[in-house]
Amino acid sequence: MNIVVCVKQIPDPADPGALDPESKTLKRDGKLILDESDSYGVEMALQLVGDSGEVTLVSMAPNGEVSGLRTALAMGAAKAVLVSDDALKGSDALTTAKVLAAAIGKAGEYDLVLAATESSDGYTGVVPEQIAAVLGLPSVTFAKSVTIDGDTVKVDRQTEAGYDEVVSPLPAVVSVTAGVVEPRYPSFKGIMAAKSKPVDQLTLADIGIEASNAGWAGAGQEIIEVATAAQREAGEIIEDDGEAFTKVVDFLSNLKVI
Amino acid sequence: MTLSKIWVLAEAIEGEVAPITLEMLTKARELATTVEAVFGGDASSIAGVLGAHGATAVHATGDLGDSLPGVPVAAAIAAAVGTAAPDAIFLGTTQDGRDIAGRLSVALDVPVITNVTDLVERDGALAGVEPIFGGSQDVYTKFTGSGVGVFLVRPKSFAAEESGGGAASVEALPVPDTGAAGAAKVVNRHVEERTGPQLDAAAVVVAGGRGLGEAANYQLIEDLAKALNAAPGASRAIVDAGWVPYSYQVGQTGKVVKPTVYIAAGISGATQHLVGMKGSKNIIAINKDPEAPIFSVADLGIVGDVHKVLPKLLEALQAR
Repeated sequence: MNIVVCVKQIPDPADPGALDPESKTLKRDGKLILDESDSYGVEMALQLVGDSGEVTLVSMAPNGEVSGLRTALAMGAAKAVLVSDDALKGSDALTTAKVLAAAIGKAGEYDLVLAATESSDGYTGVVPEQIAAVLGLPSVTFAKSVTIDGDTVKVDRQTEAGYDEVVSPLPAVVSVTAGVVEPRYPSFKGIMAAKSKPVDQLTLADIGIEASNAGWAGAGQEIIEVATAAQREAGEIIEDDGEAFTKVVDFLSNLKVI
Repeated sequence: MTLSKIWVLAEAIEGEVAPITLEMLTKARELATTVEAVFGGDASSIAGVLGAHGATAVHATGDLGDSLPGVPVAAAIAAAVGTAAPDAIFLGTTQDGRDIAGRLSVALDVPVITNVTDLVERDGALAGVEPIFGGSQDVYTKFTGSGVGVFLVRPKSFAAEESGGGAASVEALPVPDTGAAGAAKVVNRHVEERTGPQLDAAAVVVAGGRGLGEAANYQLIEDLAKALNAAPGASRAIVDAGWVPYSYQVGQTGKVVKPTVYIAAGISGATQHLVGMKGSKNIIAINKDPEAPIFSVADLGIVGDVHKVLPKLLEALQAR
């Protein structure tokens, strides 16, 4: 059983985000880290393969960034395929999916592709389904549990009303929600081992995608304006002196909700 | 600019048309001469409601059996857009809406403009407005190609209003053979029962976060919600931690709420949470960190310990 996990390396969410004034897209020039949303897919993949297979990471990043990949390799993934190319800057979700699908094709034999339901920085939430469509595979999104039974995968999929039990033949693409497993912390041994694990760095030419179909050039959409949104008026902020609850009661009473 | 035709993906939950569908139909009426719905399923029981909100027709696949809607509905729409020629397709930011949009995007080789909270005319084109950085800035994006514009619209972005139209005519939307890609099947459906007001429809929402300290303390939120006839909600942090089910989650990945009053207790106000609740008419925040971002959107902010403030508040409310 081999599993490919799509991972994204993102700017640290603890730092305030900023837009590039020229391109109006999120600045990604600093150090990138493993998106926490992806740590669940990595953990789930490691648990599913156990001792009987390999977990391979696929990722797309500017500037050959690997620090986030090293974190996932330190958790226990065996190897990584990274597509990095200047021409990828400004890529939209559809291009990202085409690039990741091509990278998955370079990851060797696999039974299952896992991804997060959405990244923490772009959160378009459509990439896993687009990857499945490009690969012509069945897919189950919003998984809160994943089990393998022979050549099928069984998924509990979140719905508006509750959850559905879904069964799909393998290979398949499954997107997992946050919090479904407890991601392990890399051990010291894992961190040391990760330094020598193979990271296959590919360009767009290596995966057969024309530069004119990627990045700004290939994005079928254009940001035409970024405007400051209307802000709420500042409210009253008070320190609790033991009686602040009465303020809440008065506030609710004035609104006639009590 | 008036578009000639917009398609809106209709969704139904337990047989009822989802509010997001009616919200999008209402907005689409403003933007296009003709508004039609597309539906993965048998539309005979929902054609009246869709028509009353402005859809003149509903293109329906008929019963999808145990298939997930993403693959068959996207394939059916992709096969039909050539002749039907809608200028744009609106889908809700829901589980099935996102699946269908992703599959459709690849089938038509067009991008998707996501997380849209408004749709406006810019430079002679339809632009989607997406709030970023917790809603402090709005990004306007338009399509550059000539294909159909696919937009994923967030719930609660528009108010649903009836148009006074009669029932939509039900038209067949044939599903082509989807091969291996359509092989995922639902074998069992579970409905999680919730008592009290619905989170996305309640006039008052009381939500708790990490500041509660431990799972058992969420009972305070439940008790307060009961005292106020409110729906209990939660931040993603405590849903991820397993304190409450996903159906309680307010935010980017959970429910978008716009109640009359939103009470955030022990919630710091991460971007992911703010986008789901900052449209509330009145916001009360209780948090011990005076620097917490939640205070930037609060009408009444209490800098204090939720373990001290909430029990007293509960007692005062129960005494009334």
